[in-house]
Amino acid sequence: MKEIGPIARHTISVIVDNEAGVLARVTGLFSGRGYNIESLTVAEVDNTGERSRITVVTSGTRMVIEQIKAQLDRLVPVHKVADLTIDGAYVARDMALVKVTGTGEKRVEALRLADTFRARAVDASVNSFIFELTGSTDKIDAFVELMSDLGLVEVARTGAVALSRGPGGL
Amino acid sequence: MTATTTIPATGKANEKADDAPTLSGAQMILKALTELGVEVVFGYPGGAVLPIYDEIFKQDKIRHILVRHEQAAVHAAEGYARSTGKPGVVLVTSGPGATNAVTGLTDALLDSIPVICLTGQVARHLIGNDAFQEADTVGITRPCTKHNYLVKDTDRLPDVIHEAFYVATNGRPGPVVIDLPKDVQIEKAVYKRSGQRGEHRTYRPQLDGDEAALHAAAEAFARAERPILYTGGGIINAGPEASELLAEFTRLTGAPITNTLMGLGAYPATDKQFLGMLGMHGTWEANHAMHDCDVMMAVGARFDDRVTGRVDGFSPGSTKIQIDIDLSSINKNVPVDIPVIADAGRALKRLIEIWKEQGYEKSQPDLAPWWKQINHWRTKKCLSYTDSEEVILPQKSLERLAHFTRGKDAIFSTEVGQHQMWAAQFLGFDKPNRWLTSGGLGTMGYGLPAAVGAQIAHPDRLVIDVSGEASFQMNLQELGTIAQYDLPVKIFIMNNEYMGMVRQWQDLSYDGRRSHSYSESLPDFVKLAEAYGIKGIVVEDPAKLDEAILEMLGHDGPVLMDCRVAKIENCFPMVPAGAAHNEMLLAGDVIGKPKDDDALAVV
Repeated sequence: MKEIGPIARHTISVIVDNEAGVLARVTGLFSGRGYNIESLTVAEVDNTGERSRITVVTSGTRMVIEQIKAQLDRLVPVHKVADLTIDGAYVARDMALVKVTGTGEKRVEALRLADTFRARAVDASVNSFIFELTGSTDKIDAFVELMSDLGLVEVARTGAVALSRGPGGL
Repeated sequence: MTATTTIPATGKANEKADDAPTLSGAQMILKALTELGVEVVFGYPGGAVLPIYDEIFKQDKIRHILVRHEQAAVHAAEGYARSTGKPGVVLVTSGPGATNAVTGLTDALLDSIPVICLTGQVARHLIGNDAFQEADTVGITRPCTKHNYLVKDTDRLPDVIHEAFYVATNGRPGPVVIDLPKDVQIEKAVYKRSGQRGEHRTYRPQLDGDEAALHAAAEAFARAERPILYTGGGIINAGPEASELLAEFTRLTGAPITNTLMGLGAYPATDKQFLGMLGMHGTWEANHAMHDCDVMMAVGARFDDRVTGRVDGFSPGSTKIQIDIDLSSINKNVPVDIPVIADAGRALKRLIEIWKEQGYEKSQPDLAPWWKQINHWRTKKCLSYTDSEEVILPQKSLERLAHFTRGKDAIFSTEVGQHQMWAAQFLGFDKPNRWLTSGGLGTMGYGLPAAVGAQIAHPDRLVIDVSGEASFQMNLQELGTIAQYDLPVKIFIMNNEYMGMVRQWQDLSYDGRRSHSYSESLPDFVKLAEAYGIKGIVVEDPAKLDEAILEMLGHDGPVLMDCRVAKIENCFPMVPAGAAHNEMLLAGDVIGKPKDDDALAVV
């Protein structure tokens, strides 16, 4: 249906059976129905190795977000779907590896900024660094933006992983 | 990603008891199907399913029906399922066998028909090697099934097959594929089911509606001055009891009721509270009542675009109640005020109880003014047409067919197009499970194999495929199946020498440029039937129509009837592309082209 109402970004957690094909079911659902994926992370999360947690950041109108959750929930290997954005406060973190080259003042400035952002240098050569940085999507965007003037070579980023605040869990 | 689904092993299933007999995978498949009460399998053999076919040869509990094309196998299983309420089972080979089944699977998905499709697959060590007749079946069928499995361990077969039936038949039904590598069919293992019976580990559909929501729904409906019930295929899927409960609730409330294409038969068409089908080719009274109602209760219906027309013009002022077993059907196309997630039958049962407990029949507003309005709309006689003595009108042919089959408890299937809409308008169904049609996907070629499936399930019933000459040719090879099993299916081809609905849209929206919609080079249908050893009848003269229909119905065996009808008749009423319910066209209206490109883009 034609979109009515404001478009909002939502972070959705999906607990799934850790079985082959489950990621294809989820991503196929998004592409097949024309939903947006801003980021998606997936990894096995429990000790027995039978469940994975998918964190997907998506955007849409209220009706579209409702649809996304309902469509995810009816996939057979899906245990639980939670919309962290509407369920309350939550913590979300991305990680990035940022490679920067430079010498002299630019190299020093890159190090200073990295320190300000609490990024760690995980690789260094005489004219390059790889910084490891975790934080919100915005924080990483800001860091990458700053590095672009200081010899940015390439960036590898994860999507968001997120948990609700407080003692409760999925 | 083309990886596959397997079910986590639970340990116990893998413990081999010392003296337990081992079975081959193929034997396990037959054993599991027998346990599940499967009586019929529609299939087509091939290299990757030879071990299963060999086991079929050795047993006599499960009957195998050999179709002539895998698409037809799935449609036949759909016809079987829709006419019995039981899941339909399909067996096809790998590669082209599986890809040919895709249309049928998609059809079953869109119409929520429980089908289990067993597909052969190349041996495990060949998967991914572009082996002969290899296709990534689970990858291809993932978006067109409710769920699918690739079985990589023979000892998982009992659990997977039982789970597949559970998934196909519970909640909103749908097709499930089980992909079976050939070496898994040959390998031996102990037949044992794991502990996980009863509740599925993740898939547990909600059957009973939320009590507060049901009360809110009953109260809103009881307060309505202009209520309407709008019910769909979900009622049929909920079983015949749901149709009886629907009738009870409808009579209790005194409200008018309309059915979707998929929901026909859920409420008696002959009842005075029935307004006919709604939607693009629905009746004037049903669509106007939907547009003007103040409270609408949708049960097992999904606000499909063929039903709503232009969404922002769809029943603008009404409070909308929706009862559906699938949460994703709520608020998908139309915002709903009171959603109830439940099995249609259970929800109706509870609504009846609440209605009585609350004494709503006493506090209900007077519905007489609403009925007066509805009866006024009925005076339009929207299905009327101008009859002729020179040529058989398609509507007339169906009226006569309905007349001569009344009281015979016939099962009708259809193909897709004008004849399908006319059949929906004119046949009139009083009971569920007697109307087999491709609603969601609109699959030409559905009706003939669906009739085969229904006739296999009901050998003594009258089964009629209402067809068009174009649709019929999409699966006419199934005449071979009909001949082989001597199925007394009656094929009623309404032959207007056009892909009629395409031609109608071209005339209405494309200035009559009939681009490739004429059925050139038609066969002589009588000779075609005779080539298969089937009786063929042709009728062209309106004066001989009755005689021809009686001859068809009176013949003890299959009949193909070529009923030559008026070539350029349009199907009305019609909600034109991009229009709202209350902007319906009737026969004889001056028809303008769609207003803009947006309207033209609506299929």
